[in-house]
Amino acid sequence: MSEILLEVKHVSKRYGQQVALRDVSFELASGKIIGLLGPNGSGKTTLIKIINSLLADYEGEVRVSGHKPGKESKKLVSYLPDKMALPTWLSVTEALDLYNSFFADFQLARANELLNSLKVPQGKRIGELSKGMQEKLMLTLTMARRAKLYVLDEPIAGVDPAARDLILSTILDNFTDGSSILLSTHIISDVETIFDSVVFLKEGNVDLIGEAETLRSEHGKSIDQLFREVYRC
Amino acid sequence: MEGGGDSLKQSFDPNLPIYTQIVDRFKQLIFSGAMSPGEKVPAVRELALELGVNPNTLQRAMSELEREGLLYTERTAGRFVTDDNALIIALREELIATVVREFLAEMKALGCSSAEAELLIKRHGGEMK
Repeated sequence: MSEILLEVKHVSKRYGQQVALRDVSFELASGKIIGLLGPNGSGKTTLIKIINSLLADYEGEVRVSGHKPGKESKKLVSYLPDKMALPTWLSVTEALDLYNSFFADFQLARANELLNSLKVPQGKRIGELSKGMQEKLMLTLTMARRAKLYVLDEPIAGVDPAARDLILSTILDNFTDGSSILLSTHIISDVETIFDSVVFLKEGNVDLIGEAETLRSEHGKSIDQLFREVYRC
Repeated sequence: MEGGGDSLKQSFDPNLPIYTQIVDRFKQLIFSGAMSPGEKVPAVRELALELGVNPNTLQRAMSELEREGLLYTERTAGRFVTDDNALIIALREELIATVVREFLAEMKALGCSSAEAELLIKRHGGEMK
């Protein structure tokens, strides 16, 4: 159970003069859920892009089950991007077919079940769906893979609070034994009960890192409250 | 666990560790009789999903309750409430004694004597159904 699924070691990244990440390190063991927390512009998406081999030009080391981000790691990682990554003229059914042909671990029957429970209309084109529905579709496509690591970039940002519980239970219900989740968010209060541990990113630096329960008992505060203190303007 | 489900599903105080709150709620269910000795406890994943918490957090609460002897696991059949009634009674009394001592300490801090506290309990006792 204690296999390290994701290792991030001394990772730094700059865009020109702009520092996006500075010496970021943490580990994620199998079976665990880690929260990557921080306001917009703190480096969350940059780090996630590095893990998903969308950015190659960085310092430090990243390993997914021992693999550098690339062809092998992509088979193990199911990634939910922060923006719609599919052509909007695709129908929902075509999007399912696309994932099904692309990923060997995609469970088509599971995806159909999930779309029904999330009430995503299958006949429509992606572009005809509301933003919330588009997010539910992308979450379905991501969680219907039997991956080792799920990387979810802001999965609840665009849905209303009422739908958040549904999204969270979908995530909890679909990550399988021994797999892990890295979930980035700037909205903490509705999701903090699902984290094993949290990493607070501030201006590209790790500001606070720890087990969620330990942080609660040490500080006598919720993760949400700590977040507000770390990022007080 | 009919009738007991409600007390499990109350939302959590995010300022305190979640697993200790789950432990406390299970104790309430067991000590109040809402969960019976020998009753089967739902599977960790199922319960975690229902409560909206991380399965590892729930597992930690279950381990703690097992350590105290209130729950036990049978390798294949699952997890159950202990059928050791004497243990349930002893732990219940222990917890009640702690709650009473804390209450009296708070009353004392408010300048209230034991005699006065006793009177007040009788006067407000009607509020306890």
